[in-house]
Amino acid sequence: MRHHVILRVVAKLSIPFIFLFALYVQFHGDFGPGGGFQAGVIFGAAFILYALIFGLDNALKVAPINVVIFFIAAGLLLFAGVGVAALLYGGKFLDYGVLASDFVAGQHLGILLVELGVGITVAAVMIAVFFTFADRGR
Amino acid sequence: MLLAFLAIISLAIMRLRNLFGVVMLGGIYSLLMASIFVILDAVDVAFTEAAVGAGISTILMLGTLALTTSREKIPMHTPLLPLVVTFVTGAMLVYGTWDMPAFGSAEAPPNQHVAPYYLEQGMVETGVPNIVTAVLASYRGYDTLGELAVIFTAGIGVLLLLGRRRDPARVPAKSEFASKNSAGGTETTSATEENKSCSSSGGTAA
Repeated sequence: MRHHVILRVVAKLSIPFIFLFALYVQFHGDFGPGGGFQAGVIFGAAFILYALIFGLDNALKVAPINVVIFFIAAGLLLFAGVGVAALLYGGKFLDYGVLASDFVAGQHLGILLVELGVGITVAAVMIAVFFTFADRGR
Repeated sequence: MLLAFLAIISLAIMRLRNLFGVVMLGGIYSLLMASIFVILDAVDVAFTEAAVGAGISTILMLGTLALTTSREKIPMHTPLLPLVVTFVTGAMLVYGTWDMPAFGSAEAPPNQHVAPYYLEQGMVETGVPNIVTAVLASYRGYDTLGELAVIFTAGIGVLLLLGRRRDPARVPAKSEFASKNSAGGTETTSATEENKSCSSSGGTAA
């Protein structure tokens, strides 16, 4: 797709806004529709669009596959880590209330971190699966 | 109206032999499904359906088509037995819906168990206005952790099955074995999926 000028320009213009929307969905999920899963998919879709338009080699320069694999594990570990942190603070596993001085503030913090973990793993899995498919196709 | 569109698209998917068209219709099906979820006030589910069903899975299906072939084979057997099984199952499901409470009824068991507690106490206990997020991340945190583990496992599985080894030091010694291995892998995957006849030739052509 190296010669499709319109596609390249439109993709270049829209990819930052896709990232911004993904972050909005991620961190506004407490107040509106959305959350880590949807945000992760949108975040991954931006990378996939980049790979479709500018080629897999350029996309692998932006997101090397080893880094993507690292983030697959990092998101899950963040989720489980929040649960273990709640244990260490004297609560039950994934009981976020003890994470902060105030019960509601702890819940808020725990939900934010857990959703972030979901988003990271989902985005990384989507990117990794697409890169693997595209890599095999050539 | 939307349900009628869904039925029309399902029929078109059944009749079509061009898998590229089937994938596109599948994307449209997901988008219509998302509209139905919006009408049912399930905005979070609609969001997920639009992003995953219409977006990512369509892309992944197209990626699969690029690796295999985009024509479905003409089936050898008559579709009579599957048709009977489908109709019997569908009739049993419709029969089952007769005993279900009316849609949105306050007496329905799902609306009587823990849902009222979540709706009344969710804001007080978690401070999160979006009750779906509160339930998913806090009350049902174990379930969400399990779901994330499933996604993690799926991603690792795809990487292990289809990924290419990128360690340059080990490629020369193992290249022959690896190529044999990957050829065997494509054969088994094509055998499990019925409508992919010449996956190896399609792979080299793509």
